[in-house]
Amino acid sequence: MRAIGRLVRRMGLLVQRGRFRSELEEEMRFHREEMEREIEAGGVNGAEARRAARRRFGNETRVRERSQEVVGFQFETVAQDLRFAVRQLRRNKGFTVTAVVTLALGICASVAIFAIVDAALIRPLPYREPSRLVSLYEAISVGPQFHISWPDYLDWKRMNKSFDALDIYATRSYMEKTPQGVQMVDGVDVSDGLFKTLGVTPALGRDFRTGEDLASAPRTVILSYGAWQKRYGGRKDVLGQTVTLNGELNTIIGVLPREFHFVPAEPAEFWATIHDTRSERGSHNFLGVARMKKGVGLEQAAADMKTVTAQLERQYPDTNRGRGSTVLSLTEVIRGDVRPVLVMLLCGAALLLLIACVNVVSLLLTRAENRRREIAVRGALGASRVRLMRQFVTEGLLLVATGSVVGATLAAVALRAAEDLVPADMLARMPYLAGMRMSGHVLLFTAGIVVLAGIVFGIAPVLRMPESVSNESLNDGGRTAAGTGWKRFGSKLVVVELATAVVLLVSAGLLGKSFYRLLHVETGMRAEHLATAMISLPRAQYAKDDQIQLLTKNLLERVERLPGVASAGIVSDLPVGSGDGMTAVQVVGNPELHKNDEIVARFASPGYFSALGARLREGRYFTEEDEMTKLPVVVINQTMARWYFASGQAIGQQIKAWDKPPARVIGVIDDIREGPLELEVRPAFYLPSSAGPDPGFGLVVRTEQEEELLPALSAAIHELDPGIAVYAESTMSGKIHDSPSATIHRGSAWLVGGFAATALLLGVVGLYGVIAYSVSQRTREIGVRMALGAGRGRVMKMVMREAGWLTVMGIAAGLACSVVAATMMRGLLFGVSAWDGSTLIAVAVVLGGAALAASAIPARRAASVDPMEALRAE
Amino acid sequence: MLILRTLERGPLHGYGIALSIRRISEDVLTVEEGSLYPALQRSLLEGWVKAEWGKTETNRRARFYTLTPEGHRQLGVEMSEFEQMIAAIGRVLAGSQAG
Repeated sequence: MRAIGRLVRRMGLLVQRGRFRSELEEEMRFHREEMEREIEAGGVNGAEARRAARRRFGNETRVRERSQEVVGFQFETVAQDLRFAVRQLRRNKGFTVTAVVTLALGICASVAIFAIVDAALIRPLPYREPSRLVSLYEAISVGPQFHISWPDYLDWKRMNKSFDALDIYATRSYMEKTPQGVQMVDGVDVSDGLFKTLGVTPALGRDFRTGEDLASAPRTVILSYGAWQKRYGGRKDVLGQTVTLNGELNTIIGVLPREFHFVPAEPAEFWATIHDTRSERGSHNFLGVARMKKGVGLEQAAADMKTVTAQLERQYPDTNRGRGSTVLSLTEVIRGDVRPVLVMLLCGAALLLLIACVNVVSLLLTRAENRRREIAVRGALGASRVRLMRQFVTEGLLLVATGSVVGATLAAVALRAAEDLVPADMLARMPYLAGMRMSGHVLLFTAGIVVLAGIVFGIAPVLRMPESVSNESLNDGGRTAAGTGWKRFGSKLVVVELATAVVLLVSAGLLGKSFYRLLHVETGMRAEHLATAMISLPRAQYAKDDQIQLLTKNLLERVERLPGVASAGIVSDLPVGSGDGMTAVQVVGNPELHKNDEIVARFASPGYFSALGARLREGRYFTEEDEMTKLPVVVINQTMARWYFASGQAIGQQIKAWDKPPARVIGVIDDIREGPLELEVRPAFYLPSSAGPDPGFGLVVRTEQEEELLPALSAAIHELDPGIAVYAESTMSGKIHDSPSATIHRGSAWLVGGFAATALLLGVVGLYGVIAYSVSQRTREIGVRMALGAGRGRVMKMVMREAGWLTVMGIAAGLACSVVAATMMRGLLFGVSAWDGSTLIAVAVVLGGAALAASAIPARRAASVDPMEALRAE
Repeated sequence: MLILRTLERGPLHGYGIALSIRRISEDVLTVEEGSLYPALQRSLLEGWVKAEWGKTETNRRARFYTLTPEGHRQLGVEMSEFEQMIAAIGRVLAGSQAG
């Protein structure tokens, strides 16, 4: 009861703080005046009396403070501390701004990177018990991750003993008929139980039923959440609506949840069922996903599948010889290739934060040193040591708070903008990046860092508080033991900073070089001045081969008539793509050679090679005549010639692919890069397009103004037939530039480059701080030296030598570490070795130069010290 | 305790309390102003005294403190505790003398 009363009274006083203060003032004034009068009455005159009264009354401020303390106005003093801290910080704007910016940068980088890592690696995948999910492939001698056929899928499903469920999927492009014309959309064909296997239920509507993937079943489709928002405005009435895909009507039966993504098939807006059950065992179109039974491990599942495929090999030797299976953890597949990049980024950010903290601590300590006299005076005036400590801690915490707020805000803004900054390709491969924001994990991490920083910066100044206020502090002679202690510690820290900066710089340099090499990798064509587009013909109007051929002939003619066009050609799949579209071939006369090895197969128009700028090594290209007479001829690339034929003997040989008549090799070209830039070129053969007309193909056009031509292509082709889908128009250089491998390399190089630049800046600032501090400590020594005859040059050299020593150690340590780091980063580098001498040397030079410049400033200041001043001051 | 006892006789302002204690103790006890006001604040906070502004005999404005019923009770408690302590000290002194 009493406690409550007390609390209430305390609150009341709190609220009326001002009044409390003024009333106390008045009371004490009254008391003093009464005492005055009493003393006057005793015979002392006015002024004396007043002074005596004041003396007797005692230290008024102390009285006031103690009264206030009684009432518990603790935070009055805290507010005081804060105000003082703010004033101090405002007075030293340079220091404050540097410290806040440094902290903000470090925190922003760490938080942003952590958010990415969280989204990509830490947050669980949107499936039920993702650890039990595996990704399935067929393994052949050429490689372990190849496609599965429909009959194999059925057999795998039936015969396996280790999976609760097994399903397959295939990425597709559909031609969607819209009022604006025909559009290509991305989609996936799945077996009926795929979502159940993943453990995903649609947010709206229903999942596919069993048997809904058979050819006889009605065509149904499920939308991705993004497609639902983008195309249907998120309206609930979307269920039951139909959409025309590839000329068929599909009913929308459901919408997937917002967090759902399936990286191996992304980007995908329409999820339909397979309906393609007439495909043969030899036709491999699908990839698989399965859920392992509880308690079954990866090795067990792999061994089980091995038995299954062995049995199928025995049963169907024609199609399944040499075809095994690969079982990989789905989580690994989705995250596997991103993990090293992200871990590297996290390390980079951690390093940056380390440097930032080291810098700010060093700044704080330097300032504490400079204020030693102030501390001494305040101590002599009666400030308790606790109060002084609290003052410095408040300053440190205020800096941390400001830096954290700025840094966290920057990070939040950056994350929000990330969706716009991340290129579309990367977003497709890493769809979890789309929802990146300050989630629970990230906020926790931010709070953790801020608290850590707070502790570090709160404690650091305290550690340096002089034990007692002594005469020495007040007079402040040259060096104290504590001064040199800090200097040694500070210089070690700077070496660490410089080394870190070196590591980041070298990494950035190597990545940049990688990126450059990648962009300039040999493509086997003249990529500049080349426009490309993908074409898709509606199946209904172009069901027959000669319809397709007629159209392509007219299309090429029409395109070649466009202004500025030198030549044009078509091909079944454009180069620098996924490298898919493969099959095995047999050499006539040597049927066992590479019998089951799948190589790249393409169909091309006669003008394709010259339009592309390919290089002919032997023989000739095919001509219009070959096309018209349907002569079975084929052009192969250099690698294929090496694989299949003795040198120089390729021309005239015959190869057999699919069920077509044997084709005679008439030409050998330099390898064209059909697949991703960083992969090795595979053997490839090119048949005339008349040998295998397809309603989907690519167009290449050689023209000086390739950028400007792109919109004209679509218009020109639509003149022939508005139902044709023209999509993915881009220049060949653009295609190379925006390819997934180039994008990743470019992104990494930029990011690490950003880190490195920041690290360089911070490291140089740190070096400057240490040298400046050292100079300030040695002012008297310098004065003595100069008075004894040392010239300015000598003094400068003395300072620079100290700086140089630190720099050299930093660079040496950094170079050693960066070689280690580069070796660990090996997987990300392309065409660059970890021991790249020129990069190491360049970085050493750059850092050395910057460090030199940074230390020259305090060195010059030291040299311009007036010896008389130096000896007299302090 | 001394403050409360002084106020028992009637409301006083701060200077008056200090004066009274000095006079009655015949200059033996002087209350440091530095401890008087914090003590008054604590008493206010605990609810043992009430304060209000009024006019002195000389028509000057001053803050007068009055004992509250809780203050009365507290005074009683403190005085009995003090008497117990005095008795105990007395016993110890007497004991050592006798022994």
